[in-house]
Amino acid sequence: MYDPTVARLTYRALLGRRRALILGALPLLLIAISVVVRGLAGADDQTASDLLGGLALATMVPIIGVIAGTGAIGPEIDDGSVVYLLSKPLKRPTIIFTKLIVAIAVTMVFSALPTLIAGFILNGNGQQIAVAYTIAALVSSIAYAALFLLLGTVSRHAVVFGLVYALVWEALFGSLVPGARTLSVQQWSLAVADKVAGGDLITSDVGLTTATVLLVGVTVLATWYAGQKLRALTLAGEE
Amino acid sequence: MAVEHPVTTPSGDQTRIHNIGYRSYDGPRLGRAYARRSLYSQSLRGAYGLGRSVKSKVLPMLLFVVMCVPAAIMVAVAVATKAKELPLDYTRYAIVMQAVISLYVASQAPQSVSRDLRFKTVPLYFSRPIETADYVRAKFAALASALFVLTAAPLLVLYVGALLAKLDFADQTEGFAQGLVSVALLSLLFAGLGLVIAAVTPRRGFGIAAVIAVLTISYGAVSTLQAIAEAQDSTGSIPWIGLFSPVTLIDGVQSAFLGASSAAPGGIGPSTGEGVVYVLVCLGLIAACYGLLMRRYKKVGL
Repeated sequence: MYDPTVARLTYRALLGRRRALILGALPLLLIAISVVVRGLAGADDQTASDLLGGLALATMVPIIGVIAGTGAIGPEIDDGSVVYLLSKPLKRPTIIFTKLIVAIAVTMVFSALPTLIAGFILNGNGQQIAVAYTIAALVSSIAYAALFLLLGTVSRHAVVFGLVYALVWEALFGSLVPGARTLSVQQWSLAVADKVAGGDLITSDVGLTTATVLLVGVTVLATWYAGQKLRALTLAGEE
Repeated sequence: MAVEHPVTTPSGDQTRIHNIGYRSYDGPRLGRAYARRSLYSQSLRGAYGLGRSVKSKVLPMLLFVVMCVPAAIMVAVAVATKAKELPLDYTRYAIVMQAVISLYVASQAPQSVSRDLRFKTVPLYFSRPIETADYVRAKFAALASALFVLTAAPLLVLYVGALLAKLDFADQTEGFAQGLVSVALLSLLFAGLGLVIAAVTPRRGFGIAAVIAVLTISYGAVSTLQAIAEAQDSTGSIPWIGLFSPVTLIDGVQSAFLGASSAAPGGIGPSTGEGVVYVLVCLGLIAACYGLLMRRYKKVGL
């Protein structure tokens, strides 16, 4: 199910040349802000929770997920070079699965790791906040990568739709319409984080069971469907 | 059109040059300004998907509608309840709807420049009588105009609605004018930032994500820091933090000079002195974007 050559090519497409630098800028910014906040406000659990929840989990993880998830397959379909990959004797689901693994790994490295570091800078893992948010980031990385990889195979405007989901649905609708939060990767991962941290600072609107079922369901379904999409891929010309 | 063939073959010599009737063009030449205007109007139309496929019309039109609908609802409410004033200031509207504006810039800025880079059509543009400055100005002006249309249309809806609801004319006109100035500044700033980022990468998807990341992450970071500064009672630093994201920059300019109330935590806007810094930074950023674009296109495809 895992093909090292495809993985290597995908890593290079995602991180080659200057792209790793651009991807790395976001985590660096998060860490820089944590240092500033620690200097300004000192170690404070509420502040740490706000910053990690508002900036890291709500904004940074989805954006990196969009870049890694759609970037793992989107550009190849876009410029047509995916036919060279598809013409190799590899199962299409294998290609998707490999690309998913790479996308998950990249998202985790560039979002969960900085979250952990930022958490330790902010309050030295007081009340398990750093660890809880890191777990939330890890869990949501998997779901986001699968979801956005699927979008990459479905639409040529995958990045826009991914961002609309992450910013408009989760952030805007989620804050206005409580029902929208049930269908939000961010809340599902917060439910898991809530269980781990056990404190009052991290809350989720979704129960742990629902969250886990939905997380696993979305990931598996999205990966399966992306494989199906790739089996019957039609290459469209530029609009 | 009769083509003359003055072919006279000297006897004995077998070499001859056929005149097959090619003519040089001697009609009117429309020149640089015309080419620049064409590029501008094409880019502006392209920013709303006009003259392109149906699929590429969907997103810009959808965002345009999403921009205008809340304004229409506010007007309807104001008319129905006979309110004394609109529920939202003209200057505040763009700040509230910033997610939509950011998405629009992110989707249309790469559309405007990345594809030219990717399909290597930029050298073709420069084979026409336009120069780097013309290309950059046309693209910049087109995206800024498109953004201005996007941001000014809901203000117009609000204004017309306010007049229909018989709100105070002078008051509303002043607010509308202030709103227009602020969205004009916002359009220039966002268009510049979007184009600079998009012009770096020939990949459309990556450009979109990069633009969104710059616009939303900077706003998220700045508003988080401002909230913390307010909680720490160091309110003096709030305006200075606001300088570091485009949205709060516009917010600061309009709360210092355009009679808006600041959207910053605690409603603490910059003072007049700090407002001057805001205006300078804002104009400086726009000029810097223009300069960077000029530099970017100095040697494209050569």
